[in-house]
Amino acid sequence: MTAIRCSEIRKVYPRGVDALGPVSLTIGEGEFVSLLGPSGCGKSTLLRIIAGLERPSAGEIVIGMRTRPSSGCIGFVFQEPTLMPWASVRDNVRLPLRLTHDMSAASLARVDDLLARVGLAEFAEAYPRELSGGMKMRVSLARALVTDPDILLLDEPFAALDEITRFRLNNDLLALWRDLGKTVVFVTHSVFESVFLSQRVVVLTARPGRISSEHRIDAPEPRDESFRTSAPYAAYCREVSAALGRASMAADGMAAG
Amino acid sequence: MMDSPNRSPQKMLRILMPLVVFVVVAGIWEAVVRLREIPPYILPAPSLILETLVRDWALLFASLLATLRATLEGFLAAVVGGIGLALLFNRAKWIEDAFLPYAVILQVTPVIAIAPLLLVYLPQHLAVVACAWIVAFFPVLSNTLLGLKSVDRNLAGLFALYDASSAQKLWRLRLPSALPYIMGGLRIAGGLSLIGAVVAEIAAGSAGSGSGLAFRIAEAGYRLDIPRMFAALALLSAAGIVIYAGLSAASRVVLRRWHESALEGE
Repeated sequence: MTAIRCSEIRKVYPRGVDALGPVSLTIGEGEFVSLLGPSGCGKSTLLRIIAGLERPSAGEIVIGMRTRPSSGCIGFVFQEPTLMPWASVRDNVRLPLRLTHDMSAASLARVDDLLARVGLAEFAEAYPRELSGGMKMRVSLARALVTDPDILLLDEPFAALDEITRFRLNNDLLALWRDLGKTVVFVTHSVFESVFLSQRVVVLTARPGRISSEHRIDAPEPRDESFRTSAPYAAYCREVSAALGRASMAADGMAAG
Repeated sequence: MMDSPNRSPQKMLRILMPLVVFVVVAGIWEAVVRLREIPPYILPAPSLILETLVRDWALLFASLLATLRATLEGFLAAVVGGIGLALLFNRAKWIEDAFLPYAVILQVTPVIAIAPLLLVYLPQHLAVVACAWIVAFFPVLSNTLLGLKSVDRNLAGLFALYDASSAQKLWRLRLPSALPYIMGGLRIAGGLSLIGAVVAEIAAGSAGSGSGLAFRIAEAGYRLDIPRMFAALALLSAAGIVIYAGLSAASRVVLRRWHESALEGE
């Protein structure tokens, strides 16, 4: 089954800046795909278009069977934790349920279940400013999952975190993906992160972002620390790294010519 | 977050130091007046001011209540009007473009010059309240506007993602985001509404049963009753301090758990 289908998506900003595309990309149900590219290549724009936060200038997007996602079927994690500072952790996670008027007992139970899953059960009553950067990101992750969406979109969520925290959150994200079976699209500019996490890495060129190459990462599940230090992991990283280099070079060449 | 052991003494010091300054200055003042034998109609000693305050308490307290009532009414009108107008301006840019210049004009025209005109058109009490409102509503308006405009872009995106209604966006996103700014506006407006009320009272000048403290000052001035002028002035200052402290405390309570401004000594 196809979860997301992008056909010939383009984004041109009003001042004539050609930001993205055309990009055609099909993502299967339950797949974990990373969008990897140099900064400014429009990978975040593509993610926001999939989420419905921005409209494409041209092209078509189909989520499941529909051209416009219904509210609650997509979870989004922003670059920053983007929490409401005036609300407790629990209220922050509960927000999507409130906004979609889904206050059923089953949904409310999911709030505490997710807080437990991301290891923040005892911080439910804390306020965001009392949390570390990594903990805030976990709250943001729990919030994105609280409506039990089919699709989870993450926009460089761990870029601002230190490496130890990032590794731990990578492991946790993979565990969540395995347990919950969501379709995940993960935007990053880190080769190592994309290879560790995804089943498929899509490399984009610099602006305007186009798909340069795709790499299937075949590794035994579950991936863990031993995968991170294995020879196949290093080989994949080298391959994707070279592809990213070519994608950036191609764009530079175009700019020079 | 929790009380750290070395914070209490620091807090004590912050309250104690101004008090020490007050006592020292009052002491020097008292000494100078006594040693130089300055007559009370030139400069009354603090002890005499206190004595006058106690002697004229009934009169002065009634006047204080009158002034405070006008201040409070003007302040409430400023809060309702300022926040209401800001919400209206925030709904449509053209409304803001059309009306904000007039709000600015009202703000930059000295209220002491508007007061006589208001007193021509309005009954005295209403004119005093209107003056308090005029000077106090602008900081509420401009701060609330600023607050409504400083909503986190990503949070707004999140609300859009879940198809939030405009009411949800207002109550769950825009007003809470604006709250620290609104509280800042209220803190300024509280003191300003007292100033507005006092200015109007002085401009009114006529005696009446409901005459406020400013009128007592003017009246005592005509009679060269300098100690009473000082006593009334002291009451006005005290009222201003209480208003400011009250609004600061309210702001701290409202923002206690989440806003940087309400954090203490971290």
